This record gives sequence, C-alpha cells and structure tokens, in this order.
Amino acid sequence: MTQAELPLATSEILPAPRRRTRRRRPGLVENTPWMNLATHAILISGLLLLLGPIYLVFAAATQTVQEVNQIPPNLSISSHFWENISEAWFSRDFQSKFINSAIVASGVVIGKIVIACITAFGIVFFDHRLRMPIFWLVFITLMLPLEVRIVPTYAVAANALSPFQAILDWTGVSWLINAVSGVELALEWNMLNTYTGLIMPLIATATGTFLYRQFFLTIPDELVEAAKMDGAGPLRFLRDVLVPLSATNMAALATIMFVSGWNQFLWPLLIITDPAHEVVAVELRSLIPNANTTGGGIPKWNVAMAASLLVMLPPIVVVVAMQRWFVRGLISTEK
Amino acid sequence: MADISIRDVRKVYGKDEVIHGVNLAIHNGEFIVILGPSGCGKSTLLRMIAGLEDISGGEIAIAGTVVNDLEPRERGCAMVFQNYALYPHMTVGGNIGYALKVAGVKRAERDAKVRAVARSVGLEEFIDRKPGQLSGGQRQRVAMARAIIREPKVFLFDEPLSNLDAKLRVQMRHEIRRIHNRIGATSVFVTHDQHEGMTLADRMVIMNKGTIDQVGTPEEVYNRPATTYVAGFIGSPAMNFLSGEVRAGESAVALADGSRIALTPAAARAFDGRLVQIGLRPEALALCAPGEGALRARFDFYEEMGSDGLHHLMVEDVPLSVLSAHKQRMPEGQEVGVTVPPEVVHLFDVESGQRLEAGPGAVATIKRMEHAE
Repeated sequence: MTQAELPLATSEILPAPRRRTRRRRPGLVENTPWMNLATHAILISGLLLLLGPIYLVFAAATQTVQEVNQIPPNLSISSHFWENISEAWFSRDFQSKFINSAIVASGVVIGKIVIACITAFGIVFFDHRLRMPIFWLVFITLMLPLEVRIVPTYAVAANALSPFQAILDWTGVSWLINAVSGVELALEWNMLNTYTGLIMPLIATATGTFLYRQFFLTIPDELVEAAKMDGAGPLRFLRDVLVPLSATNMAALATIMFVSGWNQFLWPLLIITDPAHEVVAVELRSLIPNANTTGGGIPKWNVAMAASLLVMLPPIVVVVAMQRWFVRGLISTEK
Repeated sequence: MADISIRDVRKVYGKDEVIHGVNLAIHNGEFIVILGPSGCGKSTLLRMIAGLEDISGGEIAIAGTVVNDLEPRERGCAMVFQNYALYPHMTVGGNIGYALKVAGVKRAERDAKVRAVARSVGLEEFIDRKPGQLSGGQRQRVAMARAIIREPKVFLFDEPLSNLDAKLRVQMRHEIRRIHNRIGATSVFVTHDQHEGMTLADRMVIMNKGTIDQVGTPEEVYNRPATTYVAGFIGSPAMNFLSGEVRAGESAVALADGSRIALTPAAARAFDGRLVQIGLRPEALALCAPGEGALRARFDFYEEMGSDGLHHLMVEDVPLSVLSAHKQRMPEGQEVGVTVPPEVVHLFDVESGQRLEAGPGAVATIKRMEHAE
C-alpha cells in the first residue's frame, strides 16, 4: 500500500462483516451414559408415539379393500397407494373443497395477523387509562374458545346485526321509525353458508395479540422517539418500522394460524349446509365408512386414509416451508 | 438556525417536580452543553425542547415561536440519541433518508441528498449496509447524518458519546464540533462528562437537582464557579474544600486546627467574620517542607497521573489533594506543608453554598490547566 492509498484514519479500515456463527449454548448437558440412554429412550418413544399413527394411515392408504379389512390387521405397506389416492380425489369434489379450505385458512391467517398487530399496537404504544383493562379483556378470551361460545356465535352468524336490532327495539328507536315513516325496521346480515361466516368468528386472537404485544414491548423507546423526530406519525411508524421488524413474528403466527384454520371442523360443520362452501375437513368425514356411506358394503378404509393424507398435505407444506422463520419468530433473539 | 428561549420551564411527574422553573437564553448558532449528574433533569429539559416530553409549566420558544403545543416534527429540531436509535431493518441510506421519505421528497432527489450527507460524514461506502454490520462509531455517524440531512434549526444531542470507548469518544467529539462549525445550527448537547462539556461548549449550563446553578463559558465556570456544587463538579481532580472563619485583621481565614489561609485584603475586608467554605483546586497548591506553608498535613497516598503526580494528604481528618509536576512519594503519615497562594482561594458561603466575591479582581483568575483525559 502506498502512502496515497492509505486512508486518512486507520479506524476507517474495517474488516468486512463476518457472518455471525451461532455459538453453542454451554451447560445443562449432563453427559453420563445412563443419562444418555434414558433421554434417548424418552425421545425415541415420543417419536414413535407421534409417527406411529401416521404410519398406520400411510400403510392403510397403500392397501386394497381386502387387505385393509383383514383380521388381524395387516400393518405392512402394499402397492395400491396411487390407486387409492386417485379414487379418494375423484370420488368426491375435493378440488373445490381444497380451494374453499385454502380461502378460509388464508382469510383466517390474514385476519388474525391484522387484528393482532393493530390491537397490540394500540395496547403498547398509546398511553391511555384503558390499555391494561383492554389487554386483560383480550387475554381472558383465551378461556373462551369457539367451542365454548358456539351457540351465541351461531346466533350472531345467522344475523350479525341482531344485537343492534335488539338495542334499537329496546330503546324504542324501531318503534319511532315505524311510527314516523311506517317502515318496519328489520336489520339482517346472514353469514351462514358464506366465507365471511367461516372466517370472521375465528379471527379474534388472544394468542396472536399477546405474541405481538411481547414483541412490541422489546422495541426501545428511543426508536419510537427517533421516528417521531423524523416526522413519522403512528400509522407511518407501524407501517415502516413495526411491520418490517415483526416479519418473523408474523411468519410464526401465520404458520400456527394456518394449521388451525385448515383444521377447523366443528364451526364449518355447524354453519355450512351448502356443499359449494364445504371445507375439506368436513368433506373428509363423508369418506369415513359408516352404515350410511357403505350401505352395508365393505368399508373402504384404504380410500379414507388416502384422503386423510391428502388433507394433511397443505399444513405440512406450510410448516416445512415456514419452519426456519417460525422458530426464529418464537425465540426472537436475533434482531 | 434559531435562538432558543426557555422561560420558567417546569416539569412535573405526578406530584414530583423534577425541573423547578428554569430560565435560559440560547443564542443563534451557539453550542450549549448542559452538564450535570444523572437525575439532575438535563435530559428531561432537552426532551422538552425536542417535544418528546410535555412542558408542565412555562414556555419554550424556538426562533421566536412558542413550541409548547407543537409536535416534534414541527419544531425544526433534529436529535441524536444515546443508543443511536437506528432502524435496524433499514440500510444506512434508508436510515439517513427516512425523514425525507416521510416528508414526501422524491426518490431521485432523496438519493442524491443521502449520498452527499453520507459522504460528508465518511459513510459513503457503507450506504447499503445494515446498522447491525457497523461499528459503534459508524452507527453514531449514521445517527448524526440522519440529523444533518433534515437541515434542522436546532441540533439536540442526548449523551451521544457515552456508548463509545474513550478513544473513539474523543474522535467523535472533534467530529461533532467540526460539523457544528460547518453547519452553524444551534446545538444543545447533554452530557455528564465534564471533559466533553469543557471541550465542546461555547457556553456551559450546569444543572443540579432540577435547577440551573451556573451558565457561562467553560473558562468562567472553571475559574469562577458560582456555587460549591459547580466548584466540586467541574475540574479534575475535584476541588478541595475546607471550612473556616474570615478574619479581616489577619487578612486570612482561620481554620479549626489553628492554621491560617491568607486572603487578598479586599476579600478579607468584605467578608469579615463570615463562616466560609474554602475551595482550593489541587493544581493551584504546592507541597513544601513541614512547618512552612499555610497548611500542615500528613501524607496519605500517591497517584501517578503521567505528566503530574496527585498527592493525597489529610488535614486533620479532611482529605486534601495536591496536583503537581514535582512528584514526591513519601511514606504514609509523614508531615508535610502546603503552600496556598492567596489569589487561588475560592470563597463560598457555608449555608447557601453561593460564591463570595468582593468586587472585580478580588479573586484573580488562575491559569486554566489542561489534564490528560
């Protein structure tokens, strides 16, 4: 290096930033042979417990009707997998049901993320007297899942405006309108047999709000103030700073919520009577052999299991694709 | 560019008043350093100027406009934070240009400006990096560039150098002063580090428990501290304090141990019979043979300071330090004398802690001494 090439101050010369290598966490590992044996035994039995049923489903899906109905049960893998899959796919209108499920699951994911993000934003960054009561109100809804409130939720889904109608009737406004204009006031918004009805009751999420709140609490005050000095209003700050920073969080939440949205069974079963809006989880039930579907014939468990595999596939794909983000979002140490 | 006028400003948190009616006039283009220990209200005052804290009482005006009810972005201030407060997901260029983006400046114009500002603080080649890939000093420079690009009327610095190591801190200090000289905007810089204050300030504001003790140039503050608090806070090593009674007849202060510290006749006459605190800067004193000099002391221990030696003594049970290039190591407990020239004695009222000064020239200014940091 000649004099001319030398930078003026040596502090300007910096090595190119190296990729941070993750350091292994020390401690907590007890390396005795007995301990190793015991922990591995627990791990392996846990794995078998998880994979065992999936193996049974897969094995059954490869067998013929005769094989699958053998007594004692035949646990080996046979060669009729693709036949069963295609029979499962074509025996029902699975294609449109998959689209329905995808719409519902995506709608639930998007709705939950938006609601959770905005709610947490309001709770964390706005200093008002109601923020703790609101947070706790949201939080205790963890104790009220859909299954618990299913009857009132059904009533609301049947007519989303009925609470308002009740208020208007009770306060005498309906009567007044009727007396003045002669119009009978009957508000109605029926969400049965619609995508909206499938999605809306599922998007309020205490878990998601809590996850977002915890993340927002780690944002340093100075960052908020810097944005204020830069002239960014609250919504601008949300859009330009919080949303990009919470991308990993969002991915984690999306993964969990997609799986739960896809697996919804009870709610669609209740409110959907029109086959055009049916979702796969409910449709799958119609393949499970019982006295009605077989009509006394041999139960086609092989086809039912093949269909189960098909229905399981999208959530698996999502989880595998999002896994890296998912883990990072939940531990959220890297920023 | 603008002057800032702070009139009877108060800050109340619940029932606690943390700033008790502060008045301060900051001139256009001036570099003001607000100095004080943590919890003295200096950061709160700065944040009130910025608009990040509500003003509980009084008013603040920037360039003649009262800003009490203006949003931060409407005040024309830019702020550099202690922890840089960079947006971690944006590149250096994105960070610097964010204020312009919010303001709706067109992309091409914005990019050109970002590039120019980045070049001026030596960050041009890092413009596409993320803050996480930069060193502390570079991040601080990004924070500064982010402030510069807005062409603010007022620069606010909230302890911007305290997260840097000592060497870098000095370097960045010089850079801040250079930028100030070049841009000429009014700057308000909050710190607890007196060296930063001394070296950067046109005028210093010394705060103590929510009030301003003294406003003055670094030299004034060092040479004529207004209170014992300022006297003890400014200067390193810290000033020594002894107490005694002024005797006009002897033209001296009588100490409890019977020794006498000579005063200028004017000072002695003006405060005859007053109980006073005597402030003596370690660098204004000298050691001499026992029995000679104004004070009798015992040697305690010695500290090496490089160019000087700091001699720690005990006068009865009061510690006294003497800084001198004439280094003398002695055994502990050895008797030693201390000479005190009359013109270096600072007098303070015992009760109020206020400086006592008998007219101009009563206490001659002593030569300010620089010390290694």
